[in-house]
Amino acid sequence: MGIISSGFRGRRSENTALPPGQHETHDFPVLTAGPAPLIPMDTWEFFITTEEGQRYSWSWDDFMALPQEEISQDIHCVTSWSKLGTSWRGVPVDTFFESVETTSDFATAHSFGGYTTNIPLWDLLGGKAWVVSEFDGEPLARAHGGPARLLVPHLYFWKSAKWIHGLELTGEDVPGFWESNGYHLHGNPWREERYS
Amino acid sequence: MWQVAEVVGGTDETDTARTIRLRVEGLMGHLAGQHIDIRLTADDGYTAIRSYSVASADMDGHLEITVDELPDGEVSPYLVRNLAVGDQLEIRGPVGGWFVWRPSRENPVQLIGGGSGVVPLMSMIRAHQASGNASPFRLLYSLKSPHTLLYREELRRLERESAKLTVDYVYTRSTPEGWPVMPARLTADTLLARIFPAEENPDVFVCGQTVFVEAVADWLVMAGYSAESIRTERFGGTGGIQ
Repeated sequence: MGIISSGFRGRRSENTALPPGQHETHDFPVLTAGPAPLIPMDTWEFFITTEEGQRYSWSWDDFMALPQEEISQDIHCVTSWSKLGTSWRGVPVDTFFESVETTSDFATAHSFGGYTTNIPLWDLLGGKAWVVSEFDGEPLARAHGGPARLLVPHLYFWKSAKWIHGLELTGEDVPGFWESNGYHLHGNPWREERYS
Repeated sequence: MWQVAEVVGGTDETDTARTIRLRVEGLMGHLAGQHIDIRLTADDGYTAIRSYSVASADMDGHLEITVDELPDGEVSPYLVRNLAVGDQLEIRGPVGGWFVWRPSRENPVQLIGGGSGVVPLMSMIRAHQASGNASPFRLLYSLKSPHTLLYREELRRLERESAKLTVDYVYTRSTPEGWPVMPARLTADTLLARIFPAEENPDVFVCGQTVFVEAVADWLVMAGYSAESIRTERFGGTGGIQ
């Protein structure tokens, strides 16, 4: 136990769904390193490139034609807020990988606007991650990463790259933007992997 | 990871905001713009963690944060109202390598702060003043009323005495006595008239509440400021992640 602050009561949540050091919020804070990019829809694509140099690409219409799932998940931001039971709609990352051949263990997510974040492939497959285009039944707002963002809810939310453009498969775990700026390479909230 | 910090002083900035001075063993300064995490533990072991921007830090183990009390906050009312000199709490950091100003930068710097979003920007101003860096700094400070102004005396003094800092205030609800313009929400025109032009390639730091930051960043991009030159952080020093 740490230093006791006499007189501090805090506000206990009945919620056992919160990882250590997190508190529940009911709004949806926006945290971004820079301005939100404007993405013309006719040039939008989602790509996957393999370590062999193979490139797979889906246009917006291709993406919309894939089977969509309704997703209800808790999300946890490293800045200590958590939002429980958020609702999304999107395509499991598994679906995109059905035709992709790879022996890579790692991926770098690339966003329109230049943001990157590294995620082990293990954390993107097996029903654990999606490319989502709706939040709460509405098209995803630009401030929250619209038209589409990655959703990897079991890792801290900076791994759920906004304005997702594609996934680059890599042979090793290459630190992305926040991972090069003092944050943890993996980012599991249940193990409090916040900072490097 | 967690270090013990002792409260060694405090100053009321406004009716709701207080600067808290901490001493942390072995702390060696910080990068201007970084934040710390603070952990409070209740007597039954319940803990709460929040992030706060560092307002200043020096090389002898002292660090200041400025906390604005949120009416329904869990931690900020305690920090503003209850915390006393001699109390101890736990901190982690300072952390962050993105929303920071480094004295080696030669570009002019445009700071744009909304409300308590001015805190990490003040840290940059102080680091700039203490350095030999001669690049011009400009702060645009958007605030509701004169009663919510943080660092009042220090900003006044710097405006008078420092050749490398310019401060512009935009009051959105009420103005000081005799202020030349009516209070109004910040607009793109007001903003662009009071900042370094894009041609001068300023490094731009924007910090404030979400709607403020989103609007300002969009106006800047539309006016031709390169997205790469704009760094944003949501107010409260939350490390600007996602």
